[in-house]
Parts: sequence; structure tokens; C-alpha cells
Amino acid sequence: MKQEEINDKGRRDFIKTAAIATVAATACGSLACSCSSKKATTGDKVKLLSPNGEIVEIDSAYLKHEEHMAIVSKLEAREGIAGKKFVMVVDLASCKNARSCVSACQKWHYRPKETEWLTVKLLQDSEKAAPYWFPKQCFHCDNPPCVKVCPVDATFKRQDGLVLIDNERCIGCKFCMAACPYSTRVFNWDEPDQPFDIRSLTSNPETGIPAKVGTVEKCDFCPDRAREGLLPPCVEACPNGVFYFGDENEDTVSNGLETVSFSQLIKDRAAYRYQEELGTKPRVYYLPPKDRSFPVEKGYQDADSAIKERFKDYKDLLEAKE
Amino acid sequence: MELNTYQQEAFDYQRKNIETYGKRAWGWTIFYVLCILVGLYALYLQIAKGHGVTGMRDNVVWGLFIVNFIFFIGLSYAGAIIAGILHLSKVTWGKPIIRLAQFMTLISVIVGPIFILLCVGRFDRMHHLFIYPRIQSPLTWDVMAVVTFFAGSVLFLYLALIKDFSVYRDAKLDVPKWKQKLYKILALGYRGAASQKRHLLISQNLMAIIMIPLSIVVASILSWIFGMTLRPGWHSTIFGPYFVLGAVYSGCGLLIVAMWFYRKMYKLDYYFTDRHFKYLGYIMLVLAAGYGYFTFSEYFTAWFGSEKWDSELIHKLFNPAEYGWWTFFANFAGIVLPIAIVAIPATRKPGPITLVAFIMVIAMWVKRYLIIVPTLETTLLPMQDTRAEYVKYAATWPEWALTIAGIATFLLFFTVMSKFVTVVPVSGLEDTHTQHEQHQLQHEYH
Repeated sequence: MKQEEINDKGRRDFIKTAAIATVAATACGSLACSCSSKKATTGDKVKLLSPNGEIVEIDSAYLKHEEHMAIVSKLEAREGIAGKKFVMVVDLASCKNARSCVSACQKWHYRPKETEWLTVKLLQDSEKAAPYWFPKQCFHCDNPPCVKVCPVDATFKRQDGLVLIDNERCIGCKFCMAACPYSTRVFNWDEPDQPFDIRSLTSNPETGIPAKVGTVEKCDFCPDRAREGLLPPCVEACPNGVFYFGDENEDTVSNGLETVSFSQLIKDRAAYRYQEELGTKPRVYYLPPKDRSFPVEKGYQDADSAIKERFKDYKDLLEAKE
Repeated sequence: MELNTYQQEAFDYQRKNIETYGKRAWGWTIFYVLCILVGLYALYLQIAKGHGVTGMRDNVVWGLFIVNFIFFIGLSYAGAIIAGILHLSKVTWGKPIIRLAQFMTLISVIVGPIFILLCVGRFDRMHHLFIYPRIQSPLTWDVMAVVTFFAGSVLFLYLALIKDFSVYRDAKLDVPKWKQKLYKILALGYRGAASQKRHLLISQNLMAIIMIPLSIVVASILSWIFGMTLRPGWHSTIFGPYFVLGAVYSGCGLLIVAMWFYRKMYKLDYYFTDRHFKYLGYIMLVLAAGYGYFTFSEYFTAWFGSEKWDSELIHKLFNPAEYGWWTFFANFAGIVLPIAIVAIPATRKPGPITLVAFIMVIAMWVKRYLIIVPTLETTLLPMQDTRAEYVKYAATWPEWALTIAGIATFLLFFTVMSKFVTVVPVSGLEDTHTQHEQHQLQHEYH
């Protein structure tokens, strides 16, 4: 399926589900002023399913797009999407630390500035080896050390391969953070700074919002978008098509520009998984940084000063080549 | 119940300690309460503003609170093992110090878990541990372990106290009505009948037999919270025994300190004799050697193997610019010094042994800090693209205030308990002094 088609279908599904969600939320009163503002009616009636199972007709003027409404129950969010096995491939040869992925992720999840779920590291495998940029999400390991240690089942592994967090069950013991060898997880040390309408949403492991103080969170591969056939924002935002996201069962991954065979891609490009020797079985594959599209120092030169500050200890590595 | 003359003497001698709550005790109590109040204010800040007031951040997710947790819980397990062994063994010199060890057991198992509550982000959700328990998690094991151990140490101490309560009840102490009533209730109608004696002894023996292996199990489980992760310095097969030994070792040190303190304050030289210091000093020496051996094995294998992250950690621990001096202190004051002081006959005296035990207890606290923080500062992926203040851990004043409040709580419990029951158990005491000692001590203090 071409990306455009995926997007189109996703949009249609999205409108449908969002509409139902809005009605549901209004009925529950959990969403402030979804329909309360007075609008000119269009006379265009839309049939909707109410929370008590009745079909109701509502003027389309009262329908509003609600991003981030969880479209599945918490129970379903623990099960996962049947038949799927999500996987990501990251092309290290194309990454230049443009950081569009980071900001797209932050924006989508209403993350307060500087608490990133997605980080970009500068790795150098050995002293003589060339350094390269290494974007890192959650690896959604098949043998996840974090899930093993959670004492309350707040973080869990789903049938579609995702590792998610129920931040209403999390007790904030941070054991998962200590256990994750990849330092993927972040903690809400203070009351997270989020817009009011986001804070008032019902939390769901699939959306990851609203963030709750004293709980752990991390990259979730955006299953709410996957249900709608959309790619995660980091994938869509990347100007260089670094991230390929898809379904291992379908054997397709897409970076928004092209859709390719997953098995072929990892075979042709000699993909590897980071720190395979830890036995965590990550669901993220990396394509080695061979035949780079950009010189590594470009990612440093083009970055703003706050980001430069974060890599100041590696200046020598990055500036020597200027 | 009937007391023999030696026991009667011990009771008469300590009677005033539980009859009065003197000026000094009140002074200390008020001081401890003030410390606790400051801690409560820090706790209020932590609840109101979030855990951002602590020094913990995304990389170093655990700090002083967990260090204190390990420290206190370790003391607790040590007390149980020492008291259990002293209770079961035929040697009679240990009987007078059993109660102090049991005090330490119960009080630290109350204070320790408080620090876990302080460390979790949402202690309003602690009931989740019981309504959504997940048996795979070492933390769930630890919850079960600590709860079981708490119940065990309450029983163990209480069983040992029943006879004494009956003595206090019968003695017509000059204490308020409620206290008399409480002694009466707690004595459970013990009269010293043969069947009562037998049942009590069997129960006590059983509890001692249970508490020793239980301490070993729970100390190992505590270590596995760290040992089960894939972090350098933690992911070690010897972590279980290492923690068990560390616990008993630090507990032995604190027992010596407590003994010295009560000996001075209540003039208990007749019961906590120089011999007790010497014997506990020997035990401390053996444990120090064992702990040193484990520490050496840990560092030596990590250094020699020189895997990437292990080397990074070892470098941090031994680099004077990072934790080098702390590592030196922890190992010198925590291992070398106690061995030296006890080994040299000239310094094998209560004073030096107590001093070195006190320093060792502090060194063992530092050692726990060195187990927790440097490992968390050694991430497998380089710690880049993160906020500068997330890289290093530095404890903030609320954490220190709560730490001090924890120590104050510990000491407050000790003060209150030693005013409620005698520090040296009255019943079950046997005169174990040599004739020479008896003569000398009785001459001085009776």
C-alpha cells in the first residue's frame, strides 16, 4: 500500500473514531466544552453511537477533532493490536542529528521541553572508528528487563511487541529505569507542564498522555496512531527518512518516503540490534553508518547552542574535521 | 515468676531505668522530635513540589533514600542473625546483649522501609503492590520478605519479653497506671508454670531457628534488586552473600556502639563487660576479613576482566577526582581499621573497639552509597543528549533532612524502648562472670 493511501485511509478512520470518542467524552463529562460552545448548525446530521449503545444524530457543527483520545479501553491497550508485530529500522547512514524527530515526538506527546523520549547520541564504536549519530527510541525488547522488574504490572509487553506503561498504576519505584540498560525511560520528577485540555484527558497506555507526576514514561511507538494506520511522528518528521516503521508479520516497513520489505532491508543493509549480547532482543534494528549522506560534524554545526552544550565534551571529535 | 538472686539483682539494678523518664531522656526525645519535624517539612516539600526537590534524576534514579534503606534493613537482618545465634547457642556470655540486638532488629525494620516510601514517586499508590502484585519482580519478593521479616522480628522480640513483662507486672513498679496495665496485658498471664516455661522456650527456639535463615534470604533478596539488573557493579553472582555479610558486619558494629552507649549511660558495666567488647570485636574482625575478601573479589575480577563498563565503573571508584577518596575511606575505615584495632592486643579495649566500630558503621553507609550511585552514573549508552544536571548525583537538603530524621527516629525508638523494658533481659540471665570479674565488678558497682 502506498503511503498516501495509508494516510488517506487513516484519516477516514480517524475522523470516524474521533467523532465517537468526542461524543463519549462529552457524555462522560471528562472533556471540558467539546460541544458547549454555540456554533451555527450546518444542518448536516451525522449518526453516532452513544456510550449506552444508542444511535444518535448530531449536527456536524458539534463535532470536533480530538487528537489523543484513547480509542481503546485500558484492557485492550494491554492486549495490543492482533496480528501485528511492530518493528523499527533506523538508518544510521542518513542521520545528521537534524532533531526533527525529537521535536515531533515532543510535540505529539506534549512533552515539556528538554524531557525527551527520543534522544540522539553520538557514538564511536572504537577509538579509530568514525563517530556517527545514533537516534534512540525505546527498543521495545522482546525480553524486556524493565517489564521483568515491575512490581505492579504497570509496564507490560503486548502481543504486538510493544512495551507500554500504565501511568495510573505505576507507583514510581523507578526499578524499571534502573533495569533498562539503554536508559530509555524518563521520570516526571515534578508536575509535568502540560496544557489544561491535555491534563484533563483520560490516561491510556496507548497515548502516553497526560503525563502524571511521580510516574515513569517512555517512547511508546505511538500505537494510537498505528491503530489509525499512521506512522509515528518521529518517522514522519525525519527529513532524511532515517526511521522505517512497520509490521514484521506483514514484512513491510515505511519511512514515509518509501515502503520496503523489512526482511530484505535488514538483509541488504546488514542490520544489527544494539547490544545484542545483553539478550534483551530489541525490536529496533540499526543499519550501519556506511556510505553516509552527511558528514558527522554537520549535526553539531547546525544544532542550536543548547544542543551544542550537551555535546561539549565531544567537541574534539566533532570540530577536528571542520 | 520466680527470679534467682542474680536475676533479681539485675532487675533491681535496672528498675529505675524503666520507672523514670529522666531529664536527659526528655532532652534527647525533644531533640529527636525536632529532627523528625524538620524531616517532615522536607517531606512536605517533596510531596507538594514533587521529587524534583531531591537530587535524583533520570540517570541516577536512586539516591540517599535507597542507601539508607539498605543500611537500616542490613542492621535489622544483622540483629536477627546475631540474636538468633546467641539465643540458640550454649554460650552464656551472649545472653545480656540479645535484647539490644533484637531492639536493633525491630527498630531498623521499621525505619528502613520508610525510606522506600520516600523514594517511590507515588506513595499514594503503595496499595498497588498488594492489589496488582507481580511475582516476577525482585521488588515484590522484597515486599514479601520485609513484611515477613517484620512479623518475625516482632514475634521474636515479644516472645523474649514475655517473661520480663511478668517480672515488671509482679514487681509493683512505680509507674503510671496505664504502664502497669500494659505490662499486665503483655505478660499474657505468664506465671512461670512448667508448661508455660516449656511452651515459651519452644516458641523462642523456633523463632530463632526461623529468623536466622530468614535474615539470609531477605538480605539476599534485597541484593537481588540490584543483582538482577544488567548494570555494571550490580550484575554479580556474589551479590547475595555480599549483602548478607555486609549486613551482619555493619550490624555487629552498631551493636558494639549500642552496648558501649548503654553501658555508659545506665552504668551496665556488670552486664556489658570488657569481655563482650572483646568477643564482639573478634566477630567483627572475622566479618571484616570476610567482607574485605568479597570486596576484593568484586573489584579485582571487574578490574582484571576489564570489560568496557566494568572498567568505567572501576575507574570512577578509584579515581581520586571522582569517588577515589570515598572508596579509600570505605575500605580503609570499613575493613582495614577494625581488623587492625582488634588484632593488636593493646587496642583491644572497649573504647578503641567502639570507636572503630562506629567509624566502620559510617564507612559501611558510604560503601552502600558507592554501590548505588556510581553504578547508576555509569550508563551503558554514553550519557549524552541529556540535561547537564542529570549526569551527576548530588543529594539535596531535603534528602539529608529526611536521612537525619530517619536516624533520629531510630534513636528515638531506642530511647523509648529502653525506658519501657530493661536493656539487659532480666529473666533467662545467668551469671557468667568468672569469680575474679564478679568480685571486681560487684565491688565497684553494687
